[in-house]
Parts: sequence; C-alpha cells; structure tokens
Amino acid sequence: MPSHVVHGPLALDRLISQVAAPEHGATASFLGTVRAGPDDGPVVRIEYSAYEAMLDEEFGRITLDAQQRWPDIAVAAQHRLGEIPLGEASIAIAVAAPHRAAALDACRFVIEACKQRLPVWKREVLADGSALWRDNEGGRAASGQSATER
Amino acid sequence: MHAIRVRCRLFARYAEVTGEEEVEVEVPAPATVADAIAALRAQLAEGARLPPHPLVARNRAHALPTDPIADGDELALLPPLAGG
Repeated sequence: MPSHVVHGPLALDRLISQVAAPEHGATASFLGTVRAGPDDGPVVRIEYSAYEAMLDEEFGRITLDAQQRWPDIAVAAQHRLGEIPLGEASIAIAVAAPHRAAALDACRFVIEACKQRLPVWKREVLADGSALWRDNEGGRAASGQSATER
Repeated sequence: MHAIRVRCRLFARYAEVTGEEEVEVEVPAPATVADAIAALRAQLAEGARLPPHPLVARNRAHALPTDPIADGDELALLPPLAGG
C-alpha cells in the first residue's frame, strides 16, 4: 500500500493510473492547490505539517467510508507536506467507478472528509516576517516559530 | 486503584504555545480522554493556553472526550484542521 503522504510535488496521473481498471468507465479527480487568502498580506511561503502516522490511517478510513457508500469505486489520494509554493497542489484525489455519478459523488465525498478529518496544519509566512496558522473554518492565529514536520 | 499513563502529543500551534511536543501524563483509573486533557493542562506551565476541549485523537483515530483511555495510549491534541 503506497503512503498517502509525499514531501515533493504530487503526481495526479500516477493516482489515476492506480485506480484504472477495465470495469471502471469513469474517473473523477480533485486537485487542491495552495492559494493566498483574499485578506492576506503578501504570502512568502506556506508550510504544511501533519501528524503523519494518523494522516495515513485517516486516509485509509476515509477510503473505507467512501467504499461503503459506493462499493464499486477505487480511491487513490495523497497529501503533500512541507513547504509548498503558491499554485502547486497540496492534495490530489482520484476516484474511479463503473459510472460517472458514483465517481463524481465519491470524489466530492472524499475531499470533504479530508477537509474535516485529516490532521494537517497550514502555516503562512508573510512578507513582513510574521506568520499565521490558518484552518479550514476560516480561523487564524499568530505563529512564532517554524512548523516542524513529523 | 492503579494509574493510567498516556503519551500526549502536541502539534502545530499547540506545540508552539506550550513549547512541548510530547508529554507523559498520569491519571487515576478509570479515566477518559477528557481526564487526561485536564491533567495535561494542569501539568504544563503553559497548559492554560490549550483549549479545555480540543479536538483529540486516541491511538491515531479521532476520539471523543468521554472515550475511556488505557495505559499506554497515545493521545494527540489536534489544533483546528487545515488539510486539503
């Protein structure tokens, strides 16, 4: 089983290859890319850190949850950690199914579950040297030092 | 009455504000996740800067404050999530 965590650029085509099968007539994919928030100052870099052991297991549980709802699907997903330049992908998901409705619905289910459940944190470093912890609920909190990866 | 020892891990902002990434906490048995969090907050010098009811994982899976804990468990305090 390949790890769901990478520390370099994501390769969506590789994930699509992993879910390909003769019985799959539809493949849906999702690529989440790093962007600066609308009310941010100039963002110099964005660092992602995680509880990596749990991240891997939680991806597995999310896949099982999706497969309980759509039994015929195959799911491949990875999250990138470390410093990610603006415009590059932080998460990639590929879902294949016999038909398009299940592929599209399951792909949406997986990314929404990832947003709610993956133990990942994002730290934005701004041009003035300050840094912020950002979360998926729109929260922000000042940060003092570099995030560490585990 | 025996004691339960758990390893508490702190991440991201919680590690920053407490200056700790890993702390062992001991609570009397039986105990819940919430008991361990309360003990951790009392034990750390900057523990009051941690929320009293944070998102928590027990042995690498999301947990509820009322979940029982066992000796040797790993608890993780998870700041607001930002994955995806």
